[in-house]
Amino acid sequence: MDLRLLAGPPAAAGPESWPDHRARLGGRPDGPSARGTIPSLEASGLLGRGGAGFPVGRKWRSVAERAAEAGARPVVLVNGAEGEPLSSKDRTLLRLRPHLVLDGALIAADAVGADRIELYIGSEHRDARLALRRAITERSDIRLPLRIVDAPATYVAGEESAAVHFVNEGDARPTTTPPRPFERGIGGRPTLVQNVESLAAAALVSRRGPGWYRETGRGATPGTALITVTGAANDGIHEIEIGTPIAELAGAAGAGASPDDRQAVLLGGYFGGWVSADRAWRLPLDPVALRDAGTAFGCGVVAFLGNGICGVRTTARILDWMAGQSAAQCGPCVFGLRAIADATARVAAGRPERDDVARLERWAEQIAGRGACRHPDGAVGQLLSSLQVFNAEWKLHQRHRQCSFGHSGGLDADGRRVA
Amino acid sequence: MPAGPPTRTWDRIDQPNPTGGRATRAQLAVDRIACDGYGMCAELLPELIDLDDWGYPIIRDGGVPDALLDHARRAVAVCPVLALRLARDVRP
Amino acid sequence: MSTQLLWFATRGAGIVSLILFSVVACLGLLAVARAQSTWWPRFLTVEVHRSLALLSVAFLAVHILTAVLDPFTHLGLAAAILPLASSYRPVQVALGVVSVYFAAAMIITSLLRDRLGHRAWRTVHWLAYAAWPLAVAHSITAGSDGIAVWMLAVTGLCVFAVGAALFYRLEAGRTNRSRLPAVAAGTAAPIPTEPAWRND
Repeated sequence: MDLRLLAGPPAAAGPESWPDHRARLGGRPDGPSARGTIPSLEASGLLGRGGAGFPVGRKWRSVAERAAEAGARPVVLVNGAEGEPLSSKDRTLLRLRPHLVLDGALIAADAVGADRIELYIGSEHRDARLALRRAITERSDIRLPLRIVDAPATYVAGEESAAVHFVNEGDARPTTTPPRPFERGIGGRPTLVQNVESLAAAALVSRRGPGWYRETGRGATPGTALITVTGAANDGIHEIEIGTPIAELAGAAGAGASPDDRQAVLLGGYFGGWVSADRAWRLPLDPVALRDAGTAFGCGVVAFLGNGICGVRTTARILDWMAGQSAAQCGPCVFGLRAIADATARVAAGRPERDDVARLERWAEQIAGRGACRHPDGAVGQLLSSLQVFNAEWKLHQRHRQCSFGHSGGLDADGRRVA
Repeated sequence: MPAGPPTRTWDRIDQPNPTGGRATRAQLAVDRIACDGYGMCAELLPELIDLDDWGYPIIRDGGVPDALLDHARRAVAVCPVLALRLARDVRP
Repeated sequence: MSTQLLWFATRGAGIVSLILFSVVACLGLLAVARAQSTWWPRFLTVEVHRSLALLSVAFLAVHILTAVLDPFTHLGLAAAILPLASSYRPVQVALGVVSVYFAAAMIITSLLRDRLGHRAWRTVHWLAYAAWPLAVAHSITAGSDGIAVWMLAVTGLCVFAVGAALFYRLEAGRTNRSRLPAVAAGTAAPIPTEPAWRND
């Protein structure tokens, strides 16, 4: 498969300059031709890459229509916060292909009629920010006010209403929806919040057309996607054809030749879910297929768990971190995630209370869907998939206070993360 | 408090609708950020609102039947922080 | 109307207003503190608080009207509306006037709560901490009964009740909301589960 998003100079060469970018891809469509981008995107079937997988064309259309109804100019917010700790594709894309992302942002602004662009970049992604800043000064085709906003390095800061809230009031915590950003966002105006990878892909679709986009893709879902591989593998970013089986990715990323080599796979990051290696090896990396299979593509993280690590302890670490990352606005999330994290830690450390697993299942059901944002749902997904995939290990911990793996991985006697 | 596993109030009421009548399009929704777990809404509308283990409301799906509309309005009015809303077409 | 009757009405309505105002203040404090028991559900605190507040308006109106209309007192309308405009004990009457203004602000914002939003309503409601003490001070100093034993007893009871409610409120500690960040971080214990009043 020919690379698309990452086509061009190799990673070692660093950020692609504007002359090289233009030489390779030509000029970007603007003005009247930019307005044809929305139908193009809708026909291409491009799905958002921030984690929700919402169709990109439909999102742009909603913003444009809302703005027309309200008689207001919308705002484009480029979401490069990437708060998911296991994911690094967005900062990598920004670092290597800043002009592709900027193209996408400018095309989006033209297409929806925006008069302003906010580049919401994680404050901890310094190389990405530097590359972006330099890229902006290189260009001569920016006719809108455009600025880089430093997103706080928290997990929820990348949530779309949190991003808007931060630009409006300096507070990167989610707000109550409705109204969603596409209805009322920055300055009360319809706001298009779009992930950097989605914008980069849109920049290519607007040049080459939907037919070109649909040429790749192994199954029903077209296109390519960036995957962050991590865990018991060679960490790195891979651009894959959507529908590539995980087995193929595992082979290419040094994550083992067969499912026996790994215990399980975490898809979508902390926010995602576990799948046993046996099952995962045959699954295609396709958002639609994964959703039908009861798991999720999310933000494209594929993390491999080695055979020598306790899944329950790993889950305990993740849940403890997620509980601490709550925006602390909604009771069910704060109390629920903390209760879940503490109970899981007890079980992981081999000191469970009698009903801990039953309580965890009860709380998971109580908490799901009852926060202002999806953070508690992510934690619940993490927990429930762990209970399912590491079922035997959970039982061993809960009933017999034992762990198949002895002491492993940075947890103290209380099952809490050691510094 | 009865012994045994706690159940939701509506689990103990005959399905599908305790007071009869079609569910109207009036919907109850909680502003999760404003809600501070006072729990007065659940006291006034136990048919539709239950409390989780920390005192925060869990709202039953399906909208508010006509027969319960007055009770729902009273529950909305009592909330000390105006977190409960009753509206047509509001997404819960 | 005999001037004696008006004078009784003024003092009587005033004292009832003070008592009602004090009960309203107690209930407000108890509501925030989430007071409840098996025979007194939480919603009652809020609903009775609101009903009594409106009732106290009626008695307050009688108190003010009869005071103004009473030819003996020479108070006149201006005294009831402008602080310090009274020729009779201007400062003491003014305490009452200001208290009424604060109470009026609280009541009006409460009636318009839906339109104003919670935060605006709450800001105005802080005036309660000024309005009630002003009412107490007015009732002891402005009227001719001020230092009578029975009047002091009634006032003392009101002060004791509100003081006890305030103590209860402070003991209940921080509301859920202010505790959330510490609980999320794992540095504070979560609130006890299962409220006493359940809908069984």
